[in-house]
Amino acid sequence: MFKKKNRFNVKKIRKDFPLLNQKIYQHPLIYFDNAATTQKPKVVIDLIDKLYSEKNSNVHRGIHYLSEKMTEMYEEARIKVQKFINAKYPHEIIFTKGTTESINLVAFSFGEKFIKEGDEIIVSEMEHHSNIVPWQMLCQRKGAKLKIIPFNDNGELLLEEYKKLISPKTKIVAIVHVSNSLGTINPIKEIVKIAHQNNIPVLIDGAQGIQHQKVDVKDIDCDFYAFSGHKMYGPNGIGVLYGKEKWLEEMPPYQGGGDMIKEVTFEKTTYAELPFKFEAGTPNYIGAIGLGAAIDYLNNIGLENIQNYEKELKEYGMAKLSSIEGLKIYGTAKDKTCIFSFLLDNLSPYDTGFFLDKMGIAVRVGHHCTHPIWHHYKVEGSVRASLAFYNTFEEIDYLVKALKEIKKMFI
Amino acid sequence: MTINEIQEEIIKEFEKFNTWQEKYNYLIKIGKNLPPLDEKYKTEENLIKGCQVKTWFHSTFKDGKLFFEIDSLSLIVRGIIALLIRIFSGQKPEDIKNASLDFVKKIGLEENFSPFKENSLFKIVNRIKSEAELYESRKD
Repeated sequence: MFKKKNRFNVKKIRKDFPLLNQKIYQHPLIYFDNAATTQKPKVVIDLIDKLYSEKNSNVHRGIHYLSEKMTEMYEEARIKVQKFINAKYPHEIIFTKGTTESINLVAFSFGEKFIKEGDEIIVSEMEHHSNIVPWQMLCQRKGAKLKIIPFNDNGELLLEEYKKLISPKTKIVAIVHVSNSLGTINPIKEIVKIAHQNNIPVLIDGAQGIQHQKVDVKDIDCDFYAFSGHKMYGPNGIGVLYGKEKWLEEMPPYQGGGDMIKEVTFEKTTYAELPFKFEAGTPNYIGAIGLGAAIDYLNNIGLENIQNYEKELKEYGMAKLSSIEGLKIYGTAKDKTCIFSFLLDNLSPYDTGFFLDKMGIAVRVGHHCTHPIWHHYKVEGSVRASLAFYNTFEEIDYLVKALKEIKKMFI
Repeated sequence: MTINEIQEEIIKEFEKFNTWQEKYNYLIKIGKNLPPLDEKYKTEENLIKGCQVKTWFHSTFKDGKLFFEIDSLSLIVRGIIALLIRIFSGQKPEDIKNASLDFVKKIGLEENFSPFKENSLFKIVNRIKSEAELYESRKD
């Protein structure tokens, strides 16, 4: 039998998240949709409230007190992110509106400079659409080709196939750190190493990676790492693109506008230095500062503690869910996080999700923006329960109980 | 029976259910009994656009009346389809076009519907109604 050995004080942690304390259809809410978005600790909510109530002023315009203070806080947030992922310089941190924008930025700006007709871009079969479509659009613009690393039925990338795909035409590799549908944690360090042996840069889609473990971009040695604030307990509408200085320096700007220029005449515009070259227009400075607060919060709990506790949740969840007859789990990789994708008997995931909702359990159903994964398994999609460190073993028990009840309803 | 008479009948049938579980058990039951759509009609063109779960639509027009065959991957949606077919299939296009769907509110489905089901329900009804309009104009 599985032994709960954690000393993680989840009861105390749950008190930090006001949203969790409510009932849905008379049942205590069980929030298992964390891969879609995470809830926010009170420190983040309060800070945003305080910023709008007392501090709001546009950044980088500063002749006056408030603007200067806000600019300082915005740049402090950049340094917090830099330290959080162990980047070499603060200017390697570009604030975006989310992972999707971060990837689009690279696909456009890197693509403009480095991709030409006949070149190849490698992605994998388990990518989120946001790490497929921007590259497809680039391929269409430039006449380049997309190459796909397949995965096995456990949901593990086939690295031997990856090695075979690499050719002198390969210009960039873009891979997801943690699959949002399968939970697989990909061996990104190895993937980067293989690419670098061939002088190919690598972008990591870290939307589901950053919140589950310590990410050290120096250690991984990736060239780009993209993630979102709202999936790591921070505010919506803020995201990060980490890029190595050498690439960011060479890439042309993504969008034109205010704040990203050094000088503008009608004949010629010279661009600002990094990171501002890539931050056209008024940035989401309050979002960035809120993200900084979320990082402080995570650092206080400790990424290692989070990782250990979530590993226990994952093992417990896998064992419990596997014990339900007729339940098939998609994503059984050796290295995976606490994301459970499954189908119950031959039920449509919509039917299962519908009744889970009625019992107060929030899950996501459907394809989770990863059509190719479901084409691989030849099903329409799944029910996905994605957990966070504020979830509990008891909530998993309740999910299992609810699924057994749903099974009975459909017999 | 007219569309309104059938709706009244359904409302009465649902009055005996006390909980949402009972209502949904009934929907699941009639969903299971709904005859499946012939595979040849399960085409890309026959999919109802905007339904989150794949739902196919096929109709035939005979003796001034419209007949519907609709199928879905979701059993709950199939249950709703069974009700809609009972109400609309075999009716005249103008009656279908002019019908108001009182039963949805009265049987308490609306309040219990998550957006996905509501979405499916209204998308299917819209499809039925636009088909009725099409045949009504053809007759003219």
